[in-house]
Amino acid sequence: MQDWREDKTFFGATIALPVIWFMIFFVVPMAIVWAYSVGENVGPVDIAITGTFANYAKAFSPEVLKVMGDSVVLAFITTIICLVVAFPVALAMTFADEKQKMWLLLLVMLPFWTNLLIRTYALIAVMRTSGVINSGLEGVHGLLALTGLPMGTFEPLPLLYNKFAVVVGLVYVHLPFMVLPLYAALDRLDKSLIEASLDLGAGHLETIRRIIVPLAAPGIAAGLVITFIPALGAYLTPDLLGGPDDLMIASLIERQFKRANDWPFGAALSFILMYITLIFFAIRAFMERKGGKVGAH
Amino acid sequence: MAKKVARAPLDYLNMPAMKAWLAGVFIFLYTPLMILILFSFNDSKANIVWKGFTLKWYVKAFENTQLREALLNSLLIAGVCTIISIVLGALMAFAFWRFKFPFKGPLESGMSLPIVVPEICFGVAVLLFFAKIGFPNDLPYPFNLTQIILAHVTFAFPFVAIVVRARLESFNPELEAAALDLGASRYQAFRDVIVPHMKPGLIAGGLLAFTLSLDDFVITFFASGPGTITFPVKVYSMVRFSVTPEVNAASTIIILITVLATVLALRAQAATTKES
Repeated sequence: MQDWREDKTFFGATIALPVIWFMIFFVVPMAIVWAYSVGENVGPVDIAITGTFANYAKAFSPEVLKVMGDSVVLAFITTIICLVVAFPVALAMTFADEKQKMWLLLLVMLPFWTNLLIRTYALIAVMRTSGVINSGLEGVHGLLALTGLPMGTFEPLPLLYNKFAVVVGLVYVHLPFMVLPLYAALDRLDKSLIEASLDLGAGHLETIRRIIVPLAAPGIAAGLVITFIPALGAYLTPDLLGGPDDLMIASLIERQFKRANDWPFGAALSFILMYITLIFFAIRAFMERKGGKVGAH
Repeated sequence: MAKKVARAPLDYLNMPAMKAWLAGVFIFLYTPLMILILFSFNDSKANIVWKGFTLKWYVKAFENTQLREALLNSLLIAGVCTIISIVLGALMAFAFWRFKFPFKGPLESGMSLPIVVPEICFGVAVLLFFAKIGFPNDLPYPFNLTQIILAHVTFAFPFVAIVVRARLESFNPELEAAALDLGASRYQAFRDVIVPHMKPGLIAGGLLAFTLSLDDFVITFFASGPGTITFPVKVYSMVRFSVTPEVNAASTIIILITVLATVLALRAQAATTKES
């Protein structure tokens, strides 16, 4: 690595463009949002930056707090389900041979690379009233009715447009976010420790609980954060799969800009979401550092 | 006669319970997509019962001018975004790999923020930014796509930088020193020695940028002016109304493009790890 002063022109030539781009198209827009979040509407299109905290205060009104509470709960449930579902998958990947590993990785990654909107749409087609699941159930119901059982009329399950649908959708979309960091963490483990535990008479579950989970804790924390943050800020999934009462933060932010036209309030909500994100990443960085120290002993 | 198959203690993949679990997970992940693809060939508007094979929904999707236009817009945006992202990402990766300079750590974390910031926050920022600077909304095609391209590049190029940086870790700096000794200028050495080594990283990163751009709905939704439509935005408006086989057909085409890009990217990345 070279000190930048030894070759200023070359350093400048390589770093200038990315930094300038980042400043103009990321830092400046974010600064504008931040400025708007302490501003107020003074006309139909004019916004004065007055340094008010009214927009943030508004975020603590009961209706908004309910949406935020719902968002946190839905994102949290999603994250836990993802952890439970993904852990065995990551474990299987860790101990598979090279070729199987490649295939499993590809199978996990492919949906992740597929258009989010298409995946959500696919779920709608499966879960709607006349979708695959309900048609299948109706078929079964019809068959049972043929056998003379008193079945009554078929009522399709209300699978869509409720919180259940939102969680299913969020899990569907975010599962790979959990598998990959878990796999990365488990893959680094010293496998002889697990063998030792099994040799010494611990069962598989006990080994997982007392050896694998504590050792993989930084990776698990990474997976939790990496899944929770996008789930919390998800827009499309709750918008398309949820009902009118299942708003999440992102939809509330979108409304302030596209419908309610309260840009300062929208900007404040957006920054609250940003702060939550940054706090979680800071916690994660802290845990990683701690985990690194433990590993060094 | 039941024969117990010997299984190593850590061979989790061969546990029946584990196999069942994996099967369940992959059924959950793939069934909706399989059904979507299957019904794009179904000769029935209702989209529930299989009535026979047809390609008419593909014909219909291609005859839908708005849908076609949206698809072309998306591919154009993704293409331009990929090229700019590769250049910016490669420069960023190189500068951070090669030089020591003050505030390097904070700058590096700062420049990876576009990766972690929730899409909705960045989308809002882009909307306010273009409104504030009074970016013209009525540019002729294809310049009306500029805002979307600028926004996409901003979140895509840090991803490219990460992939390229990983690739650079396997570069032997003595090769560059040798090129300089043999009389190459800094720029010649960069162009003829370092860039060729970066190449698999550039391809993998570029394909990543391409899919990210093609995939993006939220930021496009906020960045696009009135009248500009991209594939996800068009599908969004179609999906809001109904589930039609036409959307299935269009989606299947996009899935095909994505699968191709993914396989190519994984190949490029596999080449990276093999060589190093």
